[in-house]
Amino acid sequence: MIPLSHYLVLGAILFGISIVGIFLNRKNVVIILMSIELLLLAVNMNFVAFSRYLDDTAGQIFVFFILTVAAAEAAIGLAILIVLFRSRRTINVEELDSLKG
Amino acid sequence: MTFVQLCFYFFSAVLVFAAGMVVTIRNPVKSALFLVLAFFSAACIWITLEAEFLAIVLVLVYVGAVMVLFLFVVMMLDIDLAVLRAGFAKYLPVGSVIAILLVLEIALVMVNGFSSADYTLPAAHAADYSNSKELGRLIYTVYVYPFEIAAIILLVAIIAAITLTMRRRPDSKYINPADQIKVNREDRLRIVKMKSEGGQKR
Repeated sequence: MIPLSHYLVLGAILFGISIVGIFLNRKNVVIILMSIELLLLAVNMNFVAFSRYLDDTAGQIFVFFILTVAAAEAAIGLAILIVLFRSRRTINVEELDSLKG
Repeated sequence: MTFVQLCFYFFSAVLVFAAGMVVTIRNPVKSALFLVLAFFSAACIWITLEAEFLAIVLVLVYVGAVMVLFLFVVMMLDIDLAVLRAGFAKYLPVGSVIAILLVLEIALVMVNGFSSADYTLPAAHAADYSNSKELGRLIYTVYVYPFEIAAIILLVAIIAAITLTMRRRPDSKYINPADQIKVNREDRLRIVKMKSEGGQKR
């Protein structure tokens, strides 16, 4: 039997990796979006693990909704990225400062 | 060590490795492919947790749709990697320190707060138990309103993505079908009355 804490620590490691990913690739919007997907995966891992160990299917329903919102977020984020690239010819976060006063 | 434990630790190792490669590898296409590997191993871990429906949804929706979208975008954009990678080594120490601290803190709380004595694994479900059936029953009864809202969120996402990226290209030549149908003879054809020029002798 695998203790619950192993799943939770796995989720924590994934969360940490995606945070460090946002730190390291702070100029590349594509990698930042991928890191956010990993972050949501870490959260989902905890939900599924708790759902199994507490024997409550509601946790899986929540994961279902998180997946829905994450897919919508990825689609809109990538659409914005395409529009940005079309008008600015770059996806470097530091150059996307035209809204700065 | 049982087979389930072996699977769990193997897939966890693959998952952590793939996640690390996603954030450190140079080429964005390769990092998208490593993200696919990460999602796949996560789906395998969810199967060991008896969440079969979510595992297959993760593979179908994420690997099949979202990651293909990511790959499309990465390949469409002409990115200058050297500029985007600048400062990678500079942020590595502070990023790693923060990540290690974060993981240690969460792990400390998790391991102490959710000890295996209090949270024991419930008995496995019977062989004829259907995870999809149970989820479907809950979604269409208890969680029917959140389910409808999720559908509306997806619709909004579709409309937003299409309206954001749609554009009229002024340089492309196109015809208006309505104008084309409405046209009648007078718009296109002009009959010119003119005198005969007499003709040539044959």
